[in-house]
Amino acid sequence: MTYLRPTFRHPELPTNILGFTRKDYEGAISTLCAGCGHDSISGAIVQACWEMSIEPHKVAKLSGIGCSSKTPTYFLSNAHGFNTVHGRMPSVATGANMANRSLTYLGVSGDGDSASIGMGQFVHAIRRNLNVVYILMNNGCYGLTKGQDSATADVGSKSKSGSENKFATIDLASLAIELGATFVARSFSGDKEQLVPLIKAALAHGGFAFLDVVSPCVTFNNNFGSTKSYSYVREHNHAASNIDFVPPAETISVNYPENTARELELHGGNKIVLHKLPTEWDPLDRISALNRLHQARRTGEIVTGLLFIEPESQDLHATLDTVQEPLNQLQEKDLCPGSKKLEQINKSYR
Amino acid sequence: MEAGRGGVNDLVIRFANVNGTGSASANNMFAKAVFRMGIPVSPKNIFPSNIQGLPTWYEVRISEKGYLGRREGIDIMVAVNPQSLPRDIEVLEPGGYLVYDNSKDLPPELRRTDVHLIGVPMIKMCIEHFPEARLQQLMKNVVYVGVMSALMDIEVDVLKQLIREQFGEKEKLIALNDKALMLGRNYALEHYPCPISFRLERRDLIGDKIMIDGNTATAIGAVYGGATVAAWYPITPSTSVMDAFAAYCDEYRKEEKSDKKKFAIVQAEDELASIGVVIGAAWNGARAFTATSGPGISLMSEFIGLAYFAEIPAVLVNVQRGGPSTGMPTRTQQADLLSSAYASHGDTKHVLLFPSTPAECFEMMAEALDLADRLQTPVFVMTDLDLGMNDHMSAPLTWEDQRKYDRGKVLSTQELEEIQDWGRYVDVDGDGIPYRTLPGSHPSKGAYFTRGTSKDEYAKYTEFGEAYVRNVDRLLVKWKTASTLVPGPIKLHQKNQSDIGMMYFGTTGHAAREAMDLLRSEHLLIDGMRIRSFPFTREVEAFIQEHEFVFVVEQNRDAQLRTMLIQELDISSKKLISVLNYNGLPITADFISRQIREHWPVAVSQ
Repeated sequence: MTYLRPTFRHPELPTNILGFTRKDYEGAISTLCAGCGHDSISGAIVQACWEMSIEPHKVAKLSGIGCSSKTPTYFLSNAHGFNTVHGRMPSVATGANMANRSLTYLGVSGDGDSASIGMGQFVHAIRRNLNVVYILMNNGCYGLTKGQDSATADVGSKSKSGSENKFATIDLASLAIELGATFVARSFSGDKEQLVPLIKAALAHGGFAFLDVVSPCVTFNNNFGSTKSYSYVREHNHAASNIDFVPPAETISVNYPENTARELELHGGNKIVLHKLPTEWDPLDRISALNRLHQARRTGEIVTGLLFIEPESQDLHATLDTVQEPLNQLQEKDLCPGSKKLEQINKSYR
Repeated sequence: MEAGRGGVNDLVIRFANVNGTGSASANNMFAKAVFRMGIPVSPKNIFPSNIQGLPTWYEVRISEKGYLGRREGIDIMVAVNPQSLPRDIEVLEPGGYLVYDNSKDLPPELRRTDVHLIGVPMIKMCIEHFPEARLQQLMKNVVYVGVMSALMDIEVDVLKQLIREQFGEKEKLIALNDKALMLGRNYALEHYPCPISFRLERRDLIGDKIMIDGNTATAIGAVYGGATVAAWYPITPSTSVMDAFAAYCDEYRKEEKSDKKKFAIVQAEDELASIGVVIGAAWNGARAFTATSGPGISLMSEFIGLAYFAEIPAVLVNVQRGGPSTGMPTRTQQADLLSSAYASHGDTKHVLLFPSTPAECFEMMAEALDLADRLQTPVFVMTDLDLGMNDHMSAPLTWEDQRKYDRGKVLSTQELEEIQDWGRYVDVDGDGIPYRTLPGSHPSKGAYFTRGTSKDEYAKYTEFGEAYVRNVDRLLVKWKTASTLVPGPIKLHQKNQSDIGMMYFGTTGHAAREAMDLLRSEHLLIDGMRIRSFPFTREVEAFIQEHEFVFVVEQNRDAQLRTMLIQELDISSKKLISVLNYNGLPITADFISRQIREHWPVAVSQ
């Protein structure tokens, strides 16, 4: 398709503190199916980046292969994107991040990409606490190859043809918490009010921020009996907490009822406020978050919201103790020890 | 007993050890002492894929003529491994010397009458002089070095100096090692006529040469060449590239004020991730590399195709070992030419560099980083286990301080500001190399979506056949450009002297030159050319045209270089005669000359 977006801008469109309108964060017209959950997530990314006033070109968008991985074309057209190979986005994002720590890294993947072929890379990016926002567009099926079950499909979930998935599901959010991820959230593509602040909090987090976003496949997995359909997710969605994102310049304006809100400071002076928190679990406690997810699995609930967060963590650059200056900007004088040192090296081999 | 065997500064000695017993440092000391006496020396480890308990050998060739390739025939065997003793005795040349531990008597069936038997009660002496078992075992190695110093006239001061350098401030260890050294030396002096017929005399044949392994030299090349991101997964025989890179970076790449690192090394979960990290870093403008061996290249193949097609620089060091499959992980081969040159699905071709010495490992590693940036494509530095893991006598490493890194066609923010029309895959200069931009460099220009799928000149996704053809044909133009930039071959003689030529590459170089000398002494003249890169340059094609027949010497079964020459240069297969060694041991001059002699009548009669 060769649709072009009109370049006309309404003169009074609201701008963010950088002077950009929301349109400056958009990308090309989507070529996904009409009604695809992924497009709503792209919209939420646009909204979050605009509200956060991130310079669009200071974002690097990376993805694997699949429907989800096509989406980086549909947002932030002034940011460089890299559609890598199937399941391998995490390693490319790792290299990119090592080369230039000053950009924001946004990785997009799908359930086939991350829960099957790319499971190894997903797991190890978490281990290293790579500073990246990792958005999983989770529809429980392989859309681009016409609807085969993926590893995140629930047991008993029915495909369009009526066949039931017989294999155990992989819950990537639980797995991420188990592996030590420092930010894990789950949301639903149809709940923008929840999703946008979660993406903003993820962008502000200084480590691996994983967002598992249930995103129905309208063409292959939106049928009766599927546990990833719009209607099923709406019926079973249980928001574990609500989240407000508060940028550094703003103060918290809402008064929350006592003992129901929790304020957390993130990287760079950003704050989030978690409210309507149930009393039986604590998103700062890994074990209680895991317990909550296990319970939900038993009762068939889809728990959404910020599931776990460790606000202060050491990302890969900190662990490797690299310089502040981006490595890709270092020059000969910074990198080459020179001929005199080389003569010393030669001497040590005589 | 064969009479008259022996000689000054011309011999092969083999140490038969058990791995994990500390023999390596004693053996290194032996070789280094020869080097310090100004005599050309070439040691080789022949070791098992194991940490402790299996047989391992250390073979040292000493050659006044400067022949550094392996030579067949063992003149002296230092046999201290009971496990391999029968075979070790069997391979000794008649008239040679067997140095063994006679703490226990040599079984009668192993007593050869055609070799000199030099028994030394090594472990007995160690038990007498050193208190604990581990120390006794370690010192036994130093004892046999002492024995050899007496038998072969190795200057004892040189050995003592090496001990001091190894242990530095640790006076106690120095004293223990000195004691063991002199125990062995004095025993030999008292019990055997010294020196034996194979002996050393000090010379001045080393000049400014160094003795270093290829993996370390490669790593230093990466430091000097400006690599900042390295990713790897442990695999023999490449692992020491990354070890050395980390060590030299720690020494020379720390920011003064903060002591923070101007490099990032990621030990990845597998080779797929290693190359992914390299490609991500290079896409984002850092110089990046990985080091691996054949199995790793197989795993990286999908990503290599992406880097070729999306045009992203990447440097891969392939320290080749014996394949296929797990093959012979601790033996040497040059058997990954095809799998590297054409790695990945679809139509792909990659730049290969073939270093032959540690100095070339250093130079070519730095050059590979330049070439990858210039050509925006993967570049392979093809070494092998022999070059990578053994110490080699080599020209010193040199660097011109004025040298600038060639970062290739990367548009700066300023250039982007001024440019009117830019397309990621537009061939502006006619050399097939487009201009690239880096993430974050301009607010509104230069961003594009990098992908492995087909695209037009402006990086827009397309499945339009003509656009695809234009793109892959441009990659062929770039390939031609590459053939003008890669290091050309080295001819052994400026002028041709024969209708018969010989081509070789990498570690075959030493043995090949020696083989040509051997054949010349029999009036069989051959012109030699050492190939240093793929794509082949024009000189390679010309050399084949100038000769009636060309022997192609390789260390693999399937004549991979020959296949590539036939394929890429459209040469008649009848013109190229293979000489192939693939038993996992470094090729020898004897082997090459024997094969050539056998084929010679065929070559000239045709």
